[in-house]
Amino acid sequence: MMIGNFPYIVAMLLVAIGIYALLFKRNLIKLVIGISLVETGVNLFLVTLGYRTAGIAPIYTYAPNAKPMVLPTPQALTLTSIVIGLATTALLLSFVVFIYRHYGTLNVREIKELRG
Amino acid sequence: MNGEMSVIVRTITRFVYGLIVVFGFYVIMHGHLTPGGGFQGGAVVATAFALLIVAFGAAGLKGKLNDHLLQSLEEVGALAFLVLGFIGIGTAFFYNIIANSGAVFGSPTPIGPNPGFLNTGGTLPWMNWAVGLKVMTGLASVVLVMLVGAREEEET
Amino acid sequence: MKKAVVFSAFLFVAAFLILAGAQMRPFGAPTSPLMDDYFINHAQAEVSANNVVTSIVFDYRGFDTLGEATVLFSAVVGVLALFRKLREDER
Repeated sequence: MMIGNFPYIVAMLLVAIGIYALLFKRNLIKLVIGISLVETGVNLFLVTLGYRTAGIAPIYTYAPNAKPMVLPTPQALTLTSIVIGLATTALLLSFVVFIYRHYGTLNVREIKELRG
Repeated sequence: MNGEMSVIVRTITRFVYGLIVVFGFYVIMHGHLTPGGGFQGGAVVATAFALLIVAFGAAGLKGKLNDHLLQSLEEVGALAFLVLGFIGIGTAFFYNIIANSGAVFGSPTPIGPNPGFLNTGGTLPWMNWAVGLKVMTGLASVVLVMLVGAREEEET
Repeated sequence: MKKAVVFSAFLFVAAFLILAGAQMRPFGAPTSPLMDDYFINHAQAEVSANNVVTSIVFDYRGFDTLGEATVLFSAVVGVLALFRKLREDER
């Protein structure tokens, strides 16, 4: 049972590493990396939920006969989630660029002390 | 300094640029048959734009790639996607009215595994093209504006 | 001291996540795939496309994709607005 659930544990490990980066890092770029790690873990978890044993991708072009297909809905939602994550990361990084220009540092502590 | 990279990078960019664009358009066009679609193909084409900007510098592309045109094309893609969603409003929002009707992309597909026929899918290929246009121009304008902004800050 | 408290809270959350992953239903056996079976069996007849994922993204759940396109559009507009404002300030 432990080995059978290994993909879930890997996805949860990714989420845990992202939360660690969000809690204990002071650099804004590392915080953005943590957010991306949490996103990746959630995407991996969604795709993992839809897997069927010995399933093939839900595409009928040259599909092998009489094989089960994995669930397509989690894959569609993950596609949505990936694009939203990309756009959000671009927006976050441009905010980081502006913060660096304004304060001259990326450290969250120093930004809080500067205040202006 | 105009942000150009070395002659090796520029030469290889000239070779690879067209191949990346063609592959991205292939992914968009076969989105209803093979893995891929508008989002993925648009991201691939935006990668080609990013490669151009990195290799030739934003100053070298000043006249060829303006961000106003890119943003206009992005809005055209978004509006086309919305209009394609409203086409089937007689039955339901996002109803696929072109499928199995015999129009362009409207021929029925055989049930079960098949080699894949390009003239199927109804509104799906049109929506793939609209979303692909939107994603490629949107990401390209983001990359262009971010790189140009960072470069201007360095020079001042 | 404060860091130790935060670290223990993080350890609690991480242990919860990993134990929850270990205790989930077995990998490879979805519990209620009725909706997905309908999509897999009827997508070719209803949407006439081979790619079931694309037919869900653009047809069955097109409204979801419309919201996603809105998010992408607003993010791109936000990036453009940020950088444009700075460029006019510097002139």
